[in-house]
Amino acid sequence: MHRMSQSTSTMGTEKIKTSRRKFLKTATLLAGATIGYSWLKSSQVLLFAAEPKDETLPWYGIVIDIQKCIGCGSCAKACKSENDVPKEPFFFRTWIEQYTVKNDGTVDIVSPNGGIDGFEQRVPTEDIFKSYFVPKMCNHCSKSPCTQVCPVGATYESPEGVVLIDEKYCIGCRYCVQACPYGCRFIHPVKKVANKCTLCYHRLKKGLAPACMEVCPTGARMYGNLRDKNSEIVKYLKEHTTQVLRPHLNTGSKLYYNALSGEVR
Amino acid sequence: MEPHYQHLYEILAHSQGYIFPNEIDLQWGILIVVYPFITGLVAGAFILASLERVFKVKILKPTYQIALLTALSFLLVATMPLISHLSQPQRAYEIMITPHSSSAMAIFGFVYLWYLMVVLLLEIWFDYRHSMVVWANEKSGVMKWVYKILTLGVNDISPRTLGWDKKLGYIITVVGIPSAFILHGYVGFIFGSIKANPWWSTPLMPIIFLFSAMVSGISLVLLVYMIISYFRKKAIDLNVLDAIGKYLFFVLILDFTLEGLDQIQRIYEAEESFEIIKLLVSSKLYLTLFFSQGLIGTIIPLITLAFLQFYKHQIRLKKTMYFIIGIMVLIGVYSMRWNVVIGGQLFSKSFSGFTSFKVGLIGLDGTLMAAFWLLLPIGILAFLLWLLPPWKMVNEED
Repeated sequence: MHRMSQSTSTMGTEKIKTSRRKFLKTATLLAGATIGYSWLKSSQVLLFAAEPKDETLPWYGIVIDIQKCIGCGSCAKACKSENDVPKEPFFFRTWIEQYTVKNDGTVDIVSPNGGIDGFEQRVPTEDIFKSYFVPKMCNHCSKSPCTQVCPVGATYESPEGVVLIDEKYCIGCRYCVQACPYGCRFIHPVKKVANKCTLCYHRLKKGLAPACMEVCPTGARMYGNLRDKNSEIVKYLKEHTTQVLRPHLNTGSKLYYNALSGEVR
Repeated sequence: MEPHYQHLYEILAHSQGYIFPNEIDLQWGILIVVYPFITGLVAGAFILASLERVFKVKILKPTYQIALLTALSFLLVATMPLISHLSQPQRAYEIMITPHSSSAMAIFGFVYLWYLMVVLLLEIWFDYRHSMVVWANEKSGVMKWVYKILTLGVNDISPRTLGWDKKLGYIITVVGIPSAFILHGYVGFIFGSIKANPWWSTPLMPIIFLFSAMVSGISLVLLVYMIISYFRKKAIDLNVLDAIGKYLFFVLILDFTLEGLDQIQRIYEAEESFEIIKLLVSSKLYLTLFFSQGLIGTIIPLITLAFLQFYKHQIRLKKTMYFIIGIMVLIGVYSMRWNVVIGGQLFSKSFSGFTSFKVGLIGLDGTLMAAFWLLLPIGILAFLLWLLPPWKMVNEED
């Protein structure tokens, strides 16, 4: 009995030694591969919040240049007509906000009817420190909280990185509306399901620009393929200092703002 | 103009500061206040029942079956406010058939079913099987068959089988305690995991929900025990009240400490959302937070319960005080659910303004409907107490 246990223990040590060596080898290989991979991929992290799935399709991103927006509201109006959004001022796939920073440091924000009817400056000129318009729309996040929380998976990300909703599948629990930090979702009062910007997916598929971008008189909005290093959008992102909304929430937003001021949320 | 739009125009007129245009309408109304309140009562009542069984708190024996049946009555209704709140209730089953694995909400159906089928129903069945077999033999007509069906044909009442009933019931209770914790901690997680909402997003949320659930469940069982004794014209055992009161006191202290910690953390860190939350708490939620939840639901009950631990005279007065405290704590926990659910939607995610909320009386998500879902479990409980009276149960010794 004693001898047997001794021999088993010797055998066991041998076995442990071999397996330890094997483990160390595998671990080093894995660690090396991870570091190597992340080094190779590191340059892309700046642009892509997540890895696009289908390599053959474009991976859409959006740029909005705050300096170019004149607050005409054409985009919000066009969006409503194009996408069958009720005209009442409670439902918007895109809207424009007017920010007015006053001399006393306070900020006045308005968006009457989403900016569709244009804006009137209500702060007297002498009190204004600066004022600008911020168009808002779905950020088509690559780590979107809205798709994460949908209990049935009715909202999903298209292979092109566009966040969409299956209207025949949505149960109307409204969890996604709660989860979107940007206020981009609403419950369609007629269809009784969640609704939001689709980046005019139906138009994109035909090679047309989203309605809001088509009508913008100053070209303040731009969309494009983030995967294509020679695309206009990638060039723009290279040449400008852009920022996404609420980066600390790590939503992987693909809507990049140029000249975004700190007051904007 | 459609009444829905008219309602929204009214709210728009009452909004303050800047809110995103899609935020005017509150997404979750009074039914979603009722839902965590009801599940909390279930979890709390069950945990009190487990105290008796697992931790052998013999004094709580008279409340054991009452607590289980209370938990079952409320659990049967728990999903109703949720389903009736959906815009597409006819598609509710999709959540069970095609659950989305990353969604906190998708798991609800499974947590719920586990709790209902594996924990509560089984435990009650093992507990009552002996009695149901005896009742089936004693009764005649329809009731004989009702009890026969309820026994599921397991009629063996030999000491060995009854021993197994006990053993299995015990195992289920042991499994049930973490299940109750999961059930309600999970409800807290539904809110606590929404990073877009700073009023909800805190890792403490599931724990706070859990402790407030225990507080509310214990209070409810206390009230149900007193009311049943009143209707049965039986004397209320003060020792039982004192024992429940003691647990209520300790759990309430824990609950109060946790919620206090959460607020202190918010105030001290004073993050981006602090200003708007400060305004929310000091205006929109002032009454429901400081008065209903704080004073009525926590401070006064804590002081009174502490006092009742030492006060030994005037038994009648003591009983009345326990009864009033039970009601006050329930009001407090209901207010807590309100403050979380409604409060979390009153401020804009732009952190620059408020919308307002006016709950309607009629309609699927009106006050009457909410009251109905709160009263229905009481009706179910009355029926269950008639069908399975704990005071007529057959003991092995008999």
